[in-house]
Amino acid sequence: MALLEVKDLEKTYFNEGVSTPAIRGVSFEVNKGEFVAVMGPSGSGKSTLLHILGFLDGATRGEYRFDGKTMDDYSQEEIARIRNEKMGFIFQTFNLLPRTSVLENVKLPLLYSGVAESLWDGMAKKAIDAVGLSRRLEHESSQLSGGEKQRVAIARALVNDPQVIFADEPTGNLDSKSGQLVMEILQRLNEESGHTIILITHETYTAEHAERVIHLYDGLVKSDGRVNHRLKAKEFTK
Amino acid sequence: MMPIKYSIKSAAKAIVTNKSRSFLTILGIVIGIAAIILIMSIGRGTAKLILGELSGMGAETIVIRPGREPKGPSDIPQTIFADSLKSRDVDALRKKSNVPTLADIAPAVIVPGSVSYGNETYKPTIFGWSADFMRDAFNINPVEGRFFDESEIKNRADVVIIGAKVKRELFGNADAVGENIKIKNKKFRVIGILPSRGQISFLNLDDMVIVPYTTAQLYLLGITHFHEIVVKATDPTVVERTVRDIQLTLRESHGITDPAKDDFFVVTQEGLVKQIGNIMSGLTLFLSLVVAIALVVGGIGVMNIMLVSVTERTREIGLRKALGATEKDIMLQFLLEATMLTLIGGAVGIMLGAIGAFIFPIVLSFATGLDWSFSFPVVAAVLGLGVSASVGFIFGIYPAYQASKKSPMEALRYE
Repeated sequence: MALLEVKDLEKTYFNEGVSTPAIRGVSFEVNKGEFVAVMGPSGSGKSTLLHILGFLDGATRGEYRFDGKTMDDYSQEEIARIRNEKMGFIFQTFNLLPRTSVLENVKLPLLYSGVAESLWDGMAKKAIDAVGLSRRLEHESSQLSGGEKQRVAIARALVNDPQVIFADEPTGNLDSKSGQLVMEILQRLNEESGHTIILITHETYTAEHAERVIHLYDGLVKSDGRVNHRLKAKEFTK
Repeated sequence: MMPIKYSIKSAAKAIVTNKSRSFLTILGIVIGIAAIILIMSIGRGTAKLILGELSGMGAETIVIRPGREPKGPSDIPQTIFADSLKSRDVDALRKKSNVPTLADIAPAVIVPGSVSYGNETYKPTIFGWSADFMRDAFNINPVEGRFFDESEIKNRADVVIIGAKVKRELFGNADAVGENIKIKNKKFRVIGILPSRGQISFLNLDDMVIVPYTTAQLYLLGITHFHEIVVKATDPTVVERTVRDIQLTLRESHGITDPAKDDFFVVTQEGLVKQIGNIMSGLTLFLSLVVAIALVVGGIGVMNIMLVSVTERTREIGLRKALGATEKDIMLQFLLEATMLTLIGGAVGIMLGAIGAFIFPIVLSFATGLDWSFSFPVVAAVLGLGVSASVGFIFGIYPAYQASKKSPMEALRYE
């Protein structure tokens, strides 16, 4: 069974009587352990799609199942719990809490989880270790470079060991070297730990780090196929 | 649900991060609570002072005044101009068969005017009284000279006893006893000087001039009635009975059958204490109302800033929700923040109020010569903390609700 099932999905925004279709009938499936890039120019509906896949927003028509269930099967609280335990989010603008240490930032999802408090520090440190920032544990987020911030965000997404990681333009605000490092980490998470990764990007180069690319254009799937010459990021060194 | 330790930590962080804004937010609460503490403390000090002075006057003292008991400012002239108390009343009250528990009685009149000696003129409080009553009721004896006696009262003697300040104003350091002073152009011989005692209940002893009431009635006022009659009961425990006997006697002597038509009223220490208690609690109630309004205004300020804060932190709220925070989590976070904010405001207010309440009596004691004491209203402090926390909680509900309803998606899109 596929982890993510999207069937005839449509999303239309209604604003002051004007309806704007963002997604106009999209179908695909993502299996456990896949690394999928969703690519398209701005306005193609890729952000909207990510919101729906991350249970942040509902669809207008069609169906989306995560782990076999739709958003309607859950209460508000259960949806929050699924986001907390089964999904990890990485954003273009990092979204770290200001004036807060790396460790506390990574612990943030645990605060809302059912995980016993005594395990928090260990889990957070393990996640921080996985992105190679163990020496920055007590640094405040404002003291970090852009690349380091995004790595903290990845650690935060990892900390609860989610089934899927949604990455929304994770390299969009980074220089190429930092971006490369972020992609390395994502590839490693996918290959070594078997994390399912959905990567949203408008750059072909970034998308080619994934094993499969779904092209969106005007709210429709233009193409969906495996990457022929997959780019391998350098071997990650801690 | 987030452990409370982390909720408190995150609320404290939010407050500390915006120090100056937090300070301005709670300023209204600080002032409100400080005002409560100050008012309560000073109110209690004042009540203590007045009650202390009253008990110094002797619980067995009873005062009879003409007219109707003043229930409001409009009744006061009626009392001052009433002439229902005459010497036959004094005679009737003096009869053992009428008021068996009466130990002493002294009619009094108040003379408006000034006294002069040579070129010096002074405006004291002039009483026509019987001087021995001062000695018996208040245990006050002249430091120089003597009081006038019964025969001098009977003969309407031109003698006068003056207070320490009056003596100083008219004579300076020179001897006063045996000298003649003028009251309303009539000569009086100074026979005694009162000790310097300052304020006793509502009278300033230092500022007093006492002449025989008979002399004051005939020569200074030209009246035959009294402004008040002071009675002393044999014992504090029989005051109530004495009052009843006085009322019955006076009603009979005035031909009154309906107590509602009394042309006199009786004031006792107990009644006075009760009256002061009423005034104090009325005043406290009124001031509490003012403070309550101040706190509501302060609460609205808190709500305003919290709403701004929620808008500003849209991204943070969205992030937390995306990472698994429920609406309840967010609501709680902001409620806790608002409550903590005002609780801090309350604590600061209590401290400031206490400092003010500590300094105020010192200044007042220095300025008035009265013995004001500092008392910290513990109940008000505890209440103040509770009230300030409640203000934060109540006025935090709406902003917290707004925060909890923010969509994680909208929040993340917010630039």
